[in-house]
Formats: sequence, structure tokens, C-alpha cells
Amino acid sequence: MSAAITRRAFKPNWLARLGWLAVIGYCVIALGSLDITWDRFVIGLENGAKFLGSMIPPNFERWKLLLGNLLETLEIAVIASAFGVALSLPIGLAASRNLMPTWATWPARIVIAICRSFHPVIFAILFVKAVGFGPLAGILTLVFASIGFIGKLFAEAIEEISLKPVEACRAAGAPFMSVILYAVLPQVLNRFIGFATYQFDANIRNSTMVGIVGAGGIGGTLFAAFQRFDYDFLAAILISIIVLVMLGEYLASIVKAVFND
Amino acid sequence: MTSRTWERFTPAQRLARFTIYLVAVIALVVSMRTVQIVPEFLYDAPTQMADMFERMWPPDYAYYPGGVHEALVESMHIAGMGTILALVMSLPVALLAAKNITPVPALNWLARLILVSSRSVNTLVWAILFVAVFGPGALAGTIAIGFRSIGFCGKLLGEALEECNKGPVEALKAAGAPWPSIFLKAYWPQVSPAFWGITLFRWDINVRESAVIGLVGAGGIGMALDTAIDLFRWTQVSLILLCIFAVVIVAEIVVTKIRQKII
Repeated sequence: MSAAITRRAFKPNWLARLGWLAVIGYCVIALGSLDITWDRFVIGLENGAKFLGSMIPPNFERWKLLLGNLLETLEIAVIASAFGVALSLPIGLAASRNLMPTWATWPARIVIAICRSFHPVIFAILFVKAVGFGPLAGILTLVFASIGFIGKLFAEAIEEISLKPVEACRAAGAPFMSVILYAVLPQVLNRFIGFATYQFDANIRNSTMVGIVGAGGIGGTLFAAFQRFDYDFLAAILISIIVLVMLGEYLASIVKAVFND
Repeated sequence: MTSRTWERFTPAQRLARFTIYLVAVIALVVSMRTVQIVPEFLYDAPTQMADMFERMWPPDYAYYPGGVHEALVESMHIAGMGTILALVMSLPVALLAAKNITPVPALNWLARLILVSSRSVNTLVWAILFVAVFGPGALAGTIAIGFRSIGFCGKLLGEALEECNKGPVEALKAAGAPWPSIFLKAYWPQVSPAFWGITLFRWDINVRESAVIGLVGAGGIGMALDTAIDLFRWTQVSLILLCIFAVVIVAEIVVTKIRQKII
């Protein structure tokens, strides 16, 4: 080798470069198999301009229908959050390995895993088939989604607590419920309220969507407006969904602020 | 001296907490009273569910090679391409959102507005919009997944950029490095673990989402699911659900393994 050793400030990372090449290769293969072409994209952009044009200005004429649907959406979220949180407390507790024997943690963990494994929309479809169209199916869907999320996080939070208060309570001969109430809950209450408000927020977001498969709330109206090419009404619905979601986020932040100081 | 009693909360704090409990209970009661639930459906639900599961059993495995495999692969591609698209689109937004990189409040606000609207609109709703624009198929699904993920990726990436140590940045600036070099050599090494973490996390979520966007016509396994449900072919429905379940579990395992390796 020649003696001209150039010193480089940053060594080239060949592994990373190979990785980027692989990503590009994957993109080419995937684009090919998905039948995504530039032509379709350009045609789509023209369609998109037309679509946006027919969405503006948003049509708020049917505001009564809109308001009624928004209320139903909110009601689904409130009921689902209440029952979801109430049910995930005992399930999360049962799933925590440091407090419960194995025969209790396994079934609880399986319940949580099942609730988490499917997208809420799939649950919504199944519940619509089982209990018919309407908000009940949406509520059941979101209750399951809440158990999957809060149950898991709550169990993890309990597993991280300090066991000293628990041992102190047990040593003093406290019954099981008192141990939970005075040694476990105070340590996890703040985080639990964080999870619960987050889940309420998530439930508002998801309750706007379960209606698309017939499970109540504003999603049904949205899908109907879309299928009837009522694009200006669609724009009105989208705007009100964004407002509702932001309102939910704001409410959640207030609750968190009150409980965290 | 008068004896003082110590209290954990001030009266204002207690009032605030009480108000929240009260509002929550009132909201629940009002919702329970006004939401339109047909009680008969509720009593009937266990029977109906049992009936449905009976019709689903056993899954129609013979249907897999013809009807499911291709759609499943398409779903995976939608999830992968959607995630890549999201990362490409969210990088500029994240740069705009990070206050230390873009010290212009108006641009920060614009970026935050983009992030919030991306997250407020559900993937299914994005999918509906893009089906209207691009027609049914995987293109609409990919772009829908991409747009939904901007909010998530952009927010987390922006936060990672804001937490960067200023030392390397100033060193490179002092040496007169151009902006791309500053980004590549000062910011990127600091945010790349966060970047890969976000990518994996979002890909995992997108695998789940890509399975359902087909219900509104945006391609993937969801379209097969929709058809099977509309035709009341319950044994095919259960097969498709099993496949989705398997893919989601595998994706989660893959993500956990890679995360342990690189972070």
C-alpha cells in the first residue's frame, strides 16, 4: 500500500451504508409489488385538488345532526373510559407478579394480551355482529381496548413499587385489602391517573372511528357523507372531530395538572 | 400556641380534585342515561357471541394460499412503506418543531399544528380521504399510514432533537462546517438511537393499523376480511383473524429483539 494515508475525521460506516442500501432496495421491491406508480400519483394529485375544492367551504348546515353525533361520540368515550378503568384496576393488580401468585397472574396476563392483540376496529366489527349496530358495540370495543392498555401499564407500575410498605403492613397483620389500599395504591395513584386521563383521550380519538364499522358515534355519519360524495359536510365533520380531540387533550392536561401538584 | 393540624392538600387543591370527581361522575351518569342502548341486545350478547364463535370454528385453512397470503404480504408492505414515508415527511416537521434548531416561534407553531392535526385524524379516516383521492388500493393505504404517523414520529423526533447536547454543534459551527455536515455529524449521532427506537415502535403500530385500513378500501388484508364478513364466510373470517394475530405477535417479537440489539 502506498504511504499516502489520508486521515479522515469521520470513518465511513460500511455496515450502516449497506443497511441504507437494503432499505432502498426494499422500497423498490415494495413499490413494485404494491403497484404504486408515478402516473397514479399524479392523477391522484389532480383528484386531490378537486376533492379539496369540493370540501371548501365546509357545510355546517346540518349542525344539529353533527352535534348529536359528537355528543354520542363523547358519551361512548366517557362510559368506555369509566368501565375500562374500573375493570383494568383489578385485572392489572392480578397481573402484577410481585403481589400475586402465579395462578392469578397468568389468566390476567392472557386477558390483557387478548385485549391488546387486535386493533380496536376488529373488535368493533366483532361486537357489531354480536350486539348489533349502535353505541353499545362501540362502548364494548373501547372497554376492551382500555383494559389492554391500562391493565398492562398498571401491572408494570405495581411491579416497580417499593415492597417495604407492603411488608410493614403485612407484618402489622393487615388484611389483604388494607395492604392494597394503604401500601400499594398510594405509590401508584399518580401514574394511574396519568394512564386513565391518557386513555380517556385515546378513547375520544377512537370513538370517532368505531362508527365507520357501525359501532355508533360520529364515524358512521362521516362514512355516510363520504359515500354520498357530501364532501363539504365531510369537511365540517373532520373539523369538529379535530376540535373534539383537542378539547379532550386539553381536559386531560387539566386533570393531570390538578392531580400532580 | 394553638395546635396546628397538618394537611396534605390546600383547600383549593381539595376543591379542584372534588370538582373533577364530581364532573366525572355527572358525565358518566348523563352519558349512561342518554346513550341509546337497546337492553335486549345486551342480554342477548353472550348467546350471539357464542353463536358467532361456533360458526367461526374451525378456521378454513385451505383458504390461505389463494385468498390470504398475497393480501397479508401487501399489508406488510403497506406498513413498511408507510413507516418510511412517515419518517421522510416527519423529519422536516421535526426540524421545524425543535426550538433549538428553528428559533422562530411562528414556524414552531406551524409544525406543532401539523403534528396535532396528523394525530387527531384516525388512520381509518385518513384512509377514507386518500381512497377518495387515489382510488381504492395500496397507494391510498400507504399514504394514509404515512400521514397518520407524521404526528407520532415528528413529535418524538422533535423532542429528541431538542434534548441534544450543544457542544458538538458549536464545535462544528466554530470549524465552519456547512449546515448539512452539522446535522449529520453533530445532531444525527445524538438522535439516531431515538430515531431507530421511534421507527421500530411506529412500524409495530403500523403493522396493526395496516391490517384494518382495508375495511374502507385502502388495500391489504382488511379488504379480504371485509369481503369474508360481507359474505358471512365465518370460517374464512377466523382464519384471517388468526393470520393477523400471528403477524402482530411476530412483529412484536422482532421489534423487541432488534431493540435489545441496537439500543
